[in-house]
Amino acid sequence: MHPRLVEVRQNVLKQNDLLARSLRRQFEDTGVQVVSLVSSPGAGKTMLLENLLTFLGNECRVAALVGDLATANDAERLARSNAPVRQITTGTVCHLDAEMVQRALAGWNLADLDLLFIENVGNLVCPSSYDLGEQMRLVLMSVTEGEDKPLKYPTIFNTADVAVITKIDLADAVEFDSVVAHQNIQSVRPGMKTFEVSAKTNAGMSELLQFLRPQRNAVPTMTNASRAASEGM
Amino acid sequence: MHELSIAISMIEMATKEAAHHGSNRVSAVHLKLGPLSGVVKDALMFSYEVASKGTPLEDSQLVIEEVPVIAYCTSCDAKRVIESIQRLSCPVCATPTPEVLQGKELVVVALELLSDEPWSPPNDFVNANAVS
Repeated sequence: MHPRLVEVRQNVLKQNDLLARSLRRQFEDTGVQVVSLVSSPGAGKTMLLENLLTFLGNECRVAALVGDLATANDAERLARSNAPVRQITTGTVCHLDAEMVQRALAGWNLADLDLLFIENVGNLVCPSSYDLGEQMRLVLMSVTEGEDKPLKYPTIFNTADVAVITKIDLADAVEFDSVVAHQNIQSVRPGMKTFEVSAKTNAGMSELLQFLRPQRNAVPTMTNASRAASEGM
Repeated sequence: MHELSIAISMIEMATKEAAHHGSNRVSAVHLKLGPLSGVVKDALMFSYEVASKGTPLEDSQLVIEEVPVIAYCTSCDAKRVIESIQRLSCPVCATPTPEVLQGKELVVVALELLSDEPWSPPNDFVNANAVS
């Protein structure tokens, strides 16, 4: 046997990154703004999304893809908003990847949409490695999870563009320390834009809606996700 | 636990790359891993061992080089090694450092291959050292 060392220099997730980059280009070309949501299970992604779809559905063409391990419950809940919704059932896979997004989009004409949400599987670890081609990634943490969530899962906060603190109607009941939570977010991701909302009472929702509302003719910003995609691979 | 799918992607890539170099046996994979890659080293080592069974990488070694997070400090105008990903700020002046220059790596840098035949250049081989 003859041993040999060869230089390779290849990103392990190159296939996913290439596909995500091509999706991002498609989204930009067709003028649809794509926002993904990540959080731990039970942080309130689906409820928040239900509200976002209902409110924004009145003013623009909005749709959603929702990832789940086993059930179609979320898609059924979201369908009540009357927005087009598709479920991605991942089986045993703990995250969405760019290929699942591409497959789920088959048959949809992106040019007919202004805004597309992608709800990831409830997981604060695995989704951080996968670029989905989104232009903006929201990471949610609920007040019931504690202020130190960003310190426990710094990587997912680092890959996200915006943090949303959910269930603030319960903040007093669980003695949530908002100041500490904001400090922790800024510690793991300096400069991160942060919202506080309650999808139940709609507190803080108008600020978030205003932020997510598609800005026509807006200057595209360099988000974390697109920056990652433009880095050499 | 997405390390298993990462390990499988890595094994597929290494198998392909080895074949390209005329080898069907990989004895080691050298990987560069950053703390912000979202991949846990021990889980990856374990997954690699399991997933490589029955492939050209069976019994091969996964050699992981852990690289630190490096960020740019605007106050010092310098690159700084960040000690903890829980605190992205300059270790010298404490200015927050959102601009991460290194630390997201999940990159196969080299493969150690075994082949029956002595080495011969692949078809698309370009000898960088050749004197024209």
